Amino acid sequence: MNYWVEKKEKQIHANVFIIKDRCKECGFCIEFCPQGVLKVSEEFNSKGYHPPKLVETETKKCIGCGFCSMICPDFAIFVEKEEENEKN
Amino acid sequence: MEIEAEANPMDKYLRADRIPHIWCPGCGLGIVLNAFLHAIDELKIDMDELAIVSGIGCTGRIAGYINCDSYHTTHGRAIPFATGLRLANPEMKVVVISGDGDLFAIGGNHFIHAARRNIDITVIGVNNYNYGMTGGQLGPTTPLGARTTTSPYGNVEHPFNLCHVAHASGAVYVARWTVLHAVRLKNSIKEAMNKNGFSFIEVIAACPTTYGRRNKMPTGLDEMKYYREHSIIRHGIDPSQANIEIGKDIIVGKFIDIEKPTYSDAFEELKKRVKK
Repeated sequence: MNYWVEKKEKQIHANVFIIKDRCKECGFCIEFCPQGVLKVSEEFNSKGYHPPKLVETETKKCIGCGFCSMICPDFAIFVEKEEENEKN
Repeated sequence: MEIEAEANPMDKYLRADRIPHIWCPGCGLGIVLNAFLHAIDELKIDMDELAIVSGIGCTGRIAGYINCDSYHTTHGRAIPFATGLRLANPEMKVVVISGDGDLFAIGGNHFIHAARRNIDITVIGVNNYNYGMTGGQLGPTTPLGARTTTSPYGNVEHPFNLCHVAHASGAVYVARWTVLHAVRLKNSIKEAMNKNGFSFIEVIAACPTTYGRRNKMPTGLDEMKYYREHSIIRHGIDPSQANIEIGKDIIVGKFIDIEKPTYSDAFEELKKRVKK
């Protein structure tokens, strides 16, 4: 039924902002991200912790729910939504 | 896309030069602060009309990190300070953020009498089951059987059920959340701050360094996973049924939401009646 209806699907992407030097590696953002887009990086910050980073294959998967920023005790992560319309 | 940033949007409410804070990795207090800042951001409260009062303890540090009129009071005396602020300036929103030891052990009497008088303040009591800052001693909320520095073979004292204490003392708004329920906690703080009367929110927070380490939950992440598996939301339940016991589910939710004339309202009415 979709042959003559132009189907528009709104895709929501979000950018993840990380303040690496504030991270204390509690792991909450990595464990409780509903989309599972974060993982522990191998680099060290100035305090000697490993800040989170995006999983390389999932860079477009963040939907910007903001739960990581709600659950971060150190104000080290936040997201900003970036909306764009894409034709399928 | 991942972008490296310098500042968080919440930094405008913080004394950002004091960040990173002193709390341990995995501590739940940062989440309480975060949820509180998101709540005042959404309520669009003027920072000049907000006063935060805190007592002593790790939780008492919260007042020092928020960029508004904040008071770090003597041990257990956060609520008397807040009562004075509220009665002197009725325009001011007064919030007490303090720990379980400060509010219910040393300041226990102040809590029940402020709730009895129905003073129009919001109290956020962070319950981490022990005295964290002084080394993890047994507190009034340590569950039966839990191990702490001063109860190495298990606690034999019955703990307070903070929500039941608040309800029995006459609070008009009583809710309990864990730090994992950060979004619900934020919504609850918004409701409580708009509520007229004594509103109390108990927040169960992880204390991995002094409590969790002795109770088979050595990291903050372990405690958060425990909350995910063991908390049930039951709105409107009688708080006397919501005891916290080891091995049993933690009942969370909004328990009490009633209307009652506040102390300031009753006092204004009295003044009008006497002046006639």
